[in-house]
Amino acid sequence: MLEYALKGSKRYWTWVCFLLVLIGIGFIAYLNQFQVGLGITGMSRDVSWGFYIGQFTFLVGVAASAVTVVLPYYFHNWKKYGRIAVIGEFLAIPAVLMCMLFIFVDLGQPMRVMNVLLHPTPNSVMFFDMVVLSGYLILNLLCGWVVLGSERKSAPPPTWIKPFLYIAICWAPSIHIVTAFLYQGLPGRHYWLTAIMAAKFLSSAFASGPALLVLLCMIIRKFTKFDPGKEAIQSLAKTSAYFLIATILFYVFEVFTAFYSSIPGHMAPITYLFSGLEGFTKLVPVMKVCVVLVAIGTIILVTPPLRKWEVTLAIGALATFLGMWLEKGLSLVVGGFIPNPFERVFEYWPTLQEALIALGVWSLGFFILTILYKIATTVKEKAVFDKYGQKQIIE
Amino acid sequence: MNDIDRRKFLKMAGLGALFGLTGLSMFEVVTKKHIEAAVEKYKILPNTLTAQRWAIVIDLKKLDEKIINDCIRVCHSIHNVPQIAMQKEEIKWIWKETFEHAFYEMEYPYMPEQMKNLPVLVLCNHCDNPACVRVCPTKATFKRKDGIVMMDMHRCIGCRYCMAACPFGARSFNWRDPRPFIKEENSEYPTRMKGVVEKCTLCCERLEIGKPPACVEVSNGAIMYGDLADPNSEIRKILATNYAIRRKPELGTNPCVYYLI
Repeated sequence: MLEYALKGSKRYWTWVCFLLVLIGIGFIAYLNQFQVGLGITGMSRDVSWGFYIGQFTFLVGVAASAVTVVLPYYFHNWKKYGRIAVIGEFLAIPAVLMCMLFIFVDLGQPMRVMNVLLHPTPNSVMFFDMVVLSGYLILNLLCGWVVLGSERKSAPPPTWIKPFLYIAICWAPSIHIVTAFLYQGLPGRHYWLTAIMAAKFLSSAFASGPALLVLLCMIIRKFTKFDPGKEAIQSLAKTSAYFLIATILFYVFEVFTAFYSSIPGHMAPITYLFSGLEGFTKLVPVMKVCVVLVAIGTIILVTPPLRKWEVTLAIGALATFLGMWLEKGLSLVVGGFIPNPFERVFEYWPTLQEALIALGVWSLGFFILTILYKIATTVKEKAVFDKYGQKQIIE
Repeated sequence: MNDIDRRKFLKMAGLGALFGLTGLSMFEVVTKKHIEAAVEKYKILPNTLTAQRWAIVIDLKKLDEKIINDCIRVCHSIHNVPQIAMQKEEIKWIWKETFEHAFYEMEYPYMPEQMKNLPVLVLCNHCDNPACVRVCPTKATFKRKDGIVMMDMHRCIGCRYCMAACPFGARSFNWRDPRPFIKEENSEYPTRMKGVVEKCTLCCERLEIGKPPACVEVSNGAIMYGDLADPNSEIRKILATNYAIRRKPELGTNPCVYYLI
C-alpha cells in the first residue's frame, strides 16, 4: 500500500516538501544541540525539564486518545466510527514516534539511550514508559495496517487480528497512566504529587485527541474525496466535550485541595502559574490564554447549535486542542519545578533553538501522519461504499 | 543435489569460521588466573575506611564564612567541579544556603534575622531511601552497601529524572562541556563530559585510601562523619547528646545529613 503515498497532487507534494524543510531546520538545530549540549535550551539546574518533556507528555495523550474512536467501534459496534477507526489508529503512530523523539532530543547523552535496555530497571517508571510506548506503537502499526489492507481487498479483517485490536484498546490508557506515574510519584514536587494526575491526564487526552481528530477529519474531507461522516465528527466533538468538562473539574478539585487546605507548598505552583510568585510572572500570560481557549472550547462544544455548525465546531476543537496543549505541554512541567527545593523561584522559557527542534519533531510527526493518511484515504477513495453500505466518497 | 552440497558446504564453512575465530579465544579469556586478578582488583584496600551506614553531622554553630568557603573551594577543586558563572548552568556539590531557605518549613515571621540568614552548608543527603535511585532508568545512580548514593557518569543517559525526583536540589547537570570551566584540573580525579548528572559522592575515593571526606577535613570540626549503624561511633554519640534536625524528613527519604542547631 505504501505506493499510494508516492502518487499525489501538486498540493500534496508542496505540503510534503514544506514539512521536509521544517524537519531539516529542526535537524540542523538539533545538530547544534548535539554538539554544544542542552545548554542551548532554556532549561536550568532548577527547571531541569521543559518544553521537550512537556511535548512528550502531551503527545502520549494524543496517542492514547485513539481509543476514543477504536473502543466504541470494536467494543460497541458503533458503526459511525467504522470509516474513521483507522484514522484514529494512524494518528497514534506518529504521536508515539514523536513521544520517543522528544525523549531522545531531551537526553544529555543520546548515544547511550540503549542503556535503558542494557540495564533494565523495573523500579523506574521511565523503563515502564518505554515498554508500554513501544508496545503501543507496534500494536497500532499492526492493527491499522492489517485492517486497512483487508479493506483494500474489500474483505473483512482476518480473525487473528481481533485479539490484537482488543489488546490495543486496553493498552491505550496504560501509556498515559504510566506517563502520569512518571510525575505523580515524586516526593517534594507538590504540583505533581497528586492522585488525580493520572485521571486528569486521561481526561485531558480524551479531550484534546478527539478535538484533533475533528480537525483532521474536516481537513481530510476538504482535500480528499473520502468523507469521514458528519455523524462521526459530531460524536468525536461530544466525546471531546465530556472529557473537557471532566478535565476542568479535575483541575478545580486540585485547586480546591490546595487552597482550602491552605498548605503553602501545595498552593505555590498554582499561584505561580495563575498570578505569579515573588514577582515572577512568565507563565501567567500562558495560563490566561489557556483559560480563554478552554472557555471557548467548552462553550462551543457543549452548546448544540455551535457544535453542529462546523465553522464554530472547528474553532471550538482548535481552542480545546491548543488549550490542553498549553496546559500539558508547558505549564504542567514547569509548574512542578517552581518554586525549587529551596523555595526560590527560577523561571523557564524555551529558547528559539529549542522551539525549532520541537517544531522539527512535530513536522516529522505530521510528515508521517500525512503519508499514513494519504494511504488510508486512497484506499477509502477506491471503495465507494463503507462496510455498512453507506457511500463514503464525495464526488 | 548440487544445491544441497552447496548448502552443506556453507554450513560447515560457517561453523568452522565461528570456532576458528572466536572459539579458541572464548576459552582462553577466562582462566583461573584472570578470576584471581579480577578479585584482587576489587578487594578492599587495607587502609579503606568502611561503615555500615555513612552519615554526616554539620554543626551550624561552628560554621563560619571562612569554613564554608574552604569546604566549597576544596571540594570543588579536588573533584574538578567547573566554576560556571551563569546561574542557569551552575554545577555544585556542596554550597551555601541561608537557614530560611534550607529549612524553609521551619521559618516563622518573627524569627531572629541572624537565624534567618544563618549560613548552612547543603549537599547530597545520601538518603537511606533515595528517590533519585528509585527513578533512574539505567541504575546509573545507585546506593552502595555503606549508604553512599553514587553516580556512574559513564552510564548516565542524561534524562534528568533524578533531578526531578531529588527533593533537596542536590543534583547538577552538565548543560555543556564542563572542561573549559575547570580552572586547575586535578589529574587524580576524572572530569565529566557534557550531558551527565553529577553530585557529591561523600568522597568515596578518599575513604578508599583512608582519608575523611574533604569537607570534613577542612571544616575545623564543624563537619563530622561516621557510621550511623555503629552505636559507639563518634557521630552516634553526638546525635545522642545533641538535638539535630534534617532537611525535609517528612518526605520519607531518610536523609543522612544531620544539622546541629
